[in-house]
Amino acid sequence: MSMTEQQDDAETARGFSPVVWLLDLCTRIGATLLGFLGAVGRLSAFAGRGIYHCFTPPFYPRLLWRQLVDIGYYSLPVVGMTALFTGMVLALQSYTGFSRFSAEGAVATVVVLSVTRELAPVLAGLMVAGRIGASIAAEIGTMRVTEQIDALTTLSTHPFKYLIAPRLIAGTLMLPVLVLIADVIGVYGGYIVGVYKLDFISENYIHRTWEYLTAEDVISGLWKASAFGFIVTLMGCYHGFNSQRGAQGVGAATTNAVVSASILILIANYFLTQLFFAGK
Amino acid sequence: MAGAVKKLELKDVRKSFGANHVLRGVNISIEKGKSLVVIGGSGTGKSVMIKSVLGIVTPDSGSILVDGQETTKLKGKDRDAQMRKFGMLFQGGALFDSLPIWENVAFGLIQGKGVSRKDAYDLAIEKLRSVGLPSRVAKLLPAELSGGMQKRVGLARAIAANPDIIFFDEPTTGLDPIMADVINDLIVETSKGLGATTLSITHDMHSARKIADNIAMIYKGEIIWHGKAADIDHSGNPYVDQFIKGSAEGPIKMEV
Ligand SMILES: Nc1ncnc2c1ncn2[C@@H]1O[C@H](COP(=O)(O)OP(=O)(O)OP(=O)(O)O)[C@@H](O)[C@H]1O
Ligand SMILES: [Mg+2]
Repeated sequence: MSMTEQQDDAETARGFSPVVWLLDLCTRIGATLLGFLGAVGRLSAFAGRGIYHCFTPPFYPRLLWRQLVDIGYYSLPVVGMTALFTGMVLALQSYTGFSRFSAEGAVATVVVLSVTRELAPVLAGLMVAGRIGASIAAEIGTMRVTEQIDALTTLSTHPFKYLIAPRLIAGTLMLPVLVLIADVIGVYGGYIVGVYKLDFISENYIHRTWEYLTAEDVISGLWKASAFGFIVTLMGCYHGFNSQRGAQGVGAATTNAVVSASILILIANYFLTQLFFAGK
Repeated sequence: MAGAVKKLELKDVRKSFGANHVLRGVNISIEKGKSLVVIGGSGTGKSVMIKSVLGIVTPDSGSILVDGQETTKLKGKDRDAQMRKFGMLFQGGALFDSLPIWENVAFGLIQGKGVSRKDAYDLAIEKLRSVGLPSRVAKLLPAELSGGMQKRVGLARAIAANPDIIFFDEPTTGLDPIMADVINDLIVETSKGLGATTLSITHDMHSARKIADNIAMIYKGEIIWHGKAADIDHSGNPYVDQFIKGSAEGPIKMEV
């Protein structure tokens, strides 16, 4: 009886011991950290291999063309709509704000700067993450679980060159094009609201739009777009390629691709903005 | 036996996935031009064994010799050269579902051997004929074909580049008995026609008897019996006896 009591005591004491608790906490933090570093390492290695295979033959122009069309052309409606309504809302909201200190004249400038520097690249990146990131992950994931990727290898075709390189290249090249179009549409959305709803004079609005816009505003947005295009296609390929077996595996790969691409876009956006900011 | 040339040889091949020890020292060999069938239950590592030979799975240890050359450490160009000797029919078909049938069949010719698309198309039609498919299927997508037809396409793709060694992973699973037998005949016919060495895996005994010169049985990641196809009925091995009888009674216990 006293033996068990002693044991119980010892166990309770161990349960509450701050040293053990601290050690346990350290182990957990360590494990999480190692897991995180491992994931970062695997992703970096994957990205490195992907980039390497973008620049080494054989190349697949046919497949690249298909991806360019898929990522660029077919994303146009989604990205265009996003840009249009964002530009419109932006004009309304900035008017509300600026009219409070009689600076309505700045609406056009604020719209064009926000759209080109920030909103067009980020929103286009997020929309494309949903559209393209998901479909890449689903397609490559399905190829993984149905052994089509293994079949490629047996037919003397490197999966990185055949599947991944065309997508990375297409994403990196096409997003800037999409964003350039989105810039124009977004600014036009602001113009529509400005002229038809807020009663700006058309010439004045256009003049204000150009007045403070520099090439750097647009170009920095395009650089961001390029980075986001790479992130979206990379995450789609990475999660699809490492998809677990079964339909569930492909589903998880798709979700992970979209979520991780979106978060990475927002993080990268901050650092890129800071970089361009410092460059001034 | 002793003088025969070994086309493919596995020596003490081991592979684990984490704590799951799938291959625990596999030893087998196939003579040039012969057909070996490996039988064994589900999950005994049959597919992993073939994938190790193909280099899709990297074994933890052991050696795999093709034409006497060690292949487990091959990379880049040497690996590609090795791959060109192989043809593979995957368990699930693994047809590229975004490509039409003819491009599936001709894939290895176009990508691996640089044959022009037009010539590859003609060759694909010829290969489709040789597995009994009409040329009208050439432009269809894999999803538009029945399972049996997909197997035939997979077979046509496996033999398209005239490989030295052909692997068949459960070629008859999921087919009706008559279609299964048609596929068996096609396998025998095409591999004899090419003079190819074949390694097949199956749990269909009828198929095994029809295709095999030699049979080996894999159990828990090891080859526990091998011999001539004709000797399978008096192997004297209780595991083999149980397997070919398909009985629940015996030394093999299913882990449910
Ligand atoms: N890539 C992999 N990662 C982790 N485990 C794997 C992998 N491939 C196979 N396995 C495991 O290896 C074991 C053997 O699988 P394998 O596919 O070789 O079985 P099999 O003998 O071909 O069975 P079946 O007759 O059902 O096809 C299984 O337990 C499987 O879960
Ligand atoms: Mg299998």
